[in-house]
Amino acid sequence: MINTLWFLVLTVMLAGYAVLDGFDLGVGILHLVLGGDTKDRETAINAIGPVWNGNEVWLLAAGGSMVAAFPHLYAAAFSGFYLALMIVLWLLILRGIAIELRHQVDNPLWRDGWDVTFCFASALLAVLFGAAVGNVLRGVPFDTEGNFQGSFALILNPFALLCGVLSLVALALHGAAYLAMKTEGLLQRRARRAILPLWVGMIALLAAVTAASFAVQPGFTANFDRWPLLALIPVLGLAAAAAIPLFCRRGRDTAAFLASGALIVLVLGSAAAGLYPRLLLGLPGSAIPALDIYNSASSTRSMTIALGVYLFGMAIVIVYLVNVYRVWRGKVSGGYHL
Amino acid sequence: MNDALIADRWQFGFTIMFHYLFPVLTMGLGVLIAVLKTVQLLRGDERYGALARFWAKLFAITFAMGVVTGIPMEFQFGTNWARFSHFAGGVVGQTLFMEGVFAFFAESSFLGLFLFGERRVRPVLHWLSAVMVALGAVVSGFFIIATDAWMQHPVAYEMVNGRAELTSLWGLLTNPYALWQFPHAISGSIITASMVMAGVGAYYLLSRKFEDAGQLSVKIGVISGLAFSLISLFPTGAMNGENVTKYQPIKMAAMEGLFRTQEGAPIAIIGMPDTERRELMDPIYLPRVLSFLAYGDFRAKVVGLDDYPADLHPPIELVYYAYHIMVGLGTMFIAVMAIAAFLLWRGTLYTSRWFLWILMLAIPFPYIANEAGWTVAEVGRQPWIVYGLQRTADATSTNVSGGMTWFTLLGFTGMYSALGLLYLFVSARIIEAGPDGGLQP
Repeated sequence: MINTLWFLVLTVMLAGYAVLDGFDLGVGILHLVLGGDTKDRETAINAIGPVWNGNEVWLLAAGGSMVAAFPHLYAAAFSGFYLALMIVLWLLILRGIAIELRHQVDNPLWRDGWDVTFCFASALLAVLFGAAVGNVLRGVPFDTEGNFQGSFALILNPFALLCGVLSLVALALHGAAYLAMKTEGLLQRRARRAILPLWVGMIALLAAVTAASFAVQPGFTANFDRWPLLALIPVLGLAAAAAIPLFCRRGRDTAAFLASGALIVLVLGSAAAGLYPRLLLGLPGSAIPALDIYNSASSTRSMTIALGVYLFGMAIVIVYLVNVYRVWRGKVSGGYHL
Repeated sequence: MNDALIADRWQFGFTIMFHYLFPVLTMGLGVLIAVLKTVQLLRGDERYGALARFWAKLFAITFAMGVVTGIPMEFQFGTNWARFSHFAGGVVGQTLFMEGVFAFFAESSFLGLFLFGERRVRPVLHWLSAVMVALGAVVSGFFIIATDAWMQHPVAYEMVNGRAELTSLWGLLTNPYALWQFPHAISGSIITASMVMAGVGAYYLLSRKFEDAGQLSVKIGVISGLAFSLISLFPTGAMNGENVTKYQPIKMAAMEGLFRTQEGAPIAIIGMPDTERRELMDPIYLPRVLSFLAYGDFRAKVVGLDDYPADLHPPIELVYYAYHIMVGLGTMFIAVMAIAAFLLWRGTLYTSRWFLWILMLAIPFPYIANEAGWTVAEVGRQPWIVYGLQRTADATSTNVSGGMTWFTLLGFTGMYSALGLLYLFVSARIIEAGPDGGLQP
């Protein structure tokens, strides 16, 4: 029971990260194209300026929850995916520094350099995060200890790359929806115009990934057969996907953004629903079939304590996060920097 | 020692020491900025508000550097120290997790409000955001130190199937080792912020520009610098020493360079440990003081390194020198701040150019002292990663080769060198531009 609750917690934290830092990454991907001249680029960055740091914390909290509840998954996955994770770390550093340094020197070369860095790092992060989810679903070659070595040949397989491209497009779409909601004038028009083509690409890739996942993990539908209500998750996901262009067409930018966020949550939720109770699958021929919520967990007492901490802590966090975000509601206005 | 272990240790040591350069300032500076905001709110004195706004600029860039260099630390427990995570994750996972939930969310979310929201919110809320950022930073320090304290002195655990599992969260959070390690580290951070504030203020006074901000910065830096350099010695430093003596006597012997067991053991003010001859070269001793500091009795017997098994010794020279550097600098800080406070009281500090030079040149030294202190703590704990329970050599990731780690270490070295230069460059510009200088919103 406690193990299942922690599976939910981990899913919630990772989905929360994807939705929140997802639009930061999306803005990073698009800001050069949509921004054109410096002023609009700057406005795009100002739209995420006050919130990106808090959004990134969801990744740290998700990692922390993994250490507390599923230390074997944490140890095996982080050491197994070593090089990929290190590159993710370097990209996170580049992304964060680019945002913080770009306005420190009043020189167009400085700004251009950091903006390109911001774009490149955001795009590559989106791809690598998507590939990571793909590899979780596809599986890794476990040894008898539950460890594996994730070479680039293993990690950058076609299925994972496909998931990576889906992630890139979906997060770009999410970023465009965010900008349409938060900006005005030419920037907003460009963001709105970007939504439909990105949406078409996203739908095509989502269909491709879903089809491919049946080939890669034939047994994936087992949970949906067992608990048919779970099918609501992908169905609602499709509804959210359909809603995005409908809302966009009617100029309901906030609704479109919320639909995009819901889509991300529901896609990840569908993956989680199919995965449960496993956390990281093994490739055919692996020494063990999977790391799951039982064989990679800490003690029941540890997990119970941590769950209490989580519920108490996140209740407080949600209260002030909601209030802090409310300060930033409405359109981005001018510059933000001290 | 095999290749992977050396690489893993170098990578962790390098990345954590570089990372710490930033929170060592921001934990203390957050507190000082919150103090400035409090005075502004209570007295309605806008000079304090303006000074808070200036220091917030330096805070922002330092905080950002701390965040991006901090994420690799959380990841590194998993990437390079997988066997440690297997062994201890059930315990240390709690505090690592709490750091994220209770501290990181608070400081990062309210930071945006504090840096960008002054015109959008009521003054009370802006003040609150400064307080929440400071609180978040300090609380984050507590949880990571609680993690380290457990590694130094494991408590509240039981062994289950060869792994450590938590028995009491309260026990973990009230580890007697943590209860003094934490205030000592925070005090060290406030000293750093104070000396940076005083040093930058001194620079402005020496350059005869931004003199209002210069005077206020010097005043606040000196007052808090004196208070916390004394607190770092007593009670926090002394009580930490007591804990090390009680729980890690071998570390203490290495710190003091005590080879021979003796009654009435001395401390060495200076001296160079010779591990071949098992003695200190050219020492200046204070006789019997170590026995007193360790056990409260000038004639107490203190066990020397030679009477502990050699395979339990940490690297003696590094621990000895790091400890003496820390204490030596800490003593100098007290002296510098005491003189500064005296001149401040006499009303001559702002015009004592020779002393303003000292304040300005002193800026790098708290960084060295803090890093030296952590070196004592971590290198002194060797050969253990969890004291008495797991050796560092048994804690690495078996599926990560030495070669991969050397590659990523080189990557970090390159990236962090660039980041360090960028940080210095940008900080210098912020300082040069002064309060209300630079780009306007």
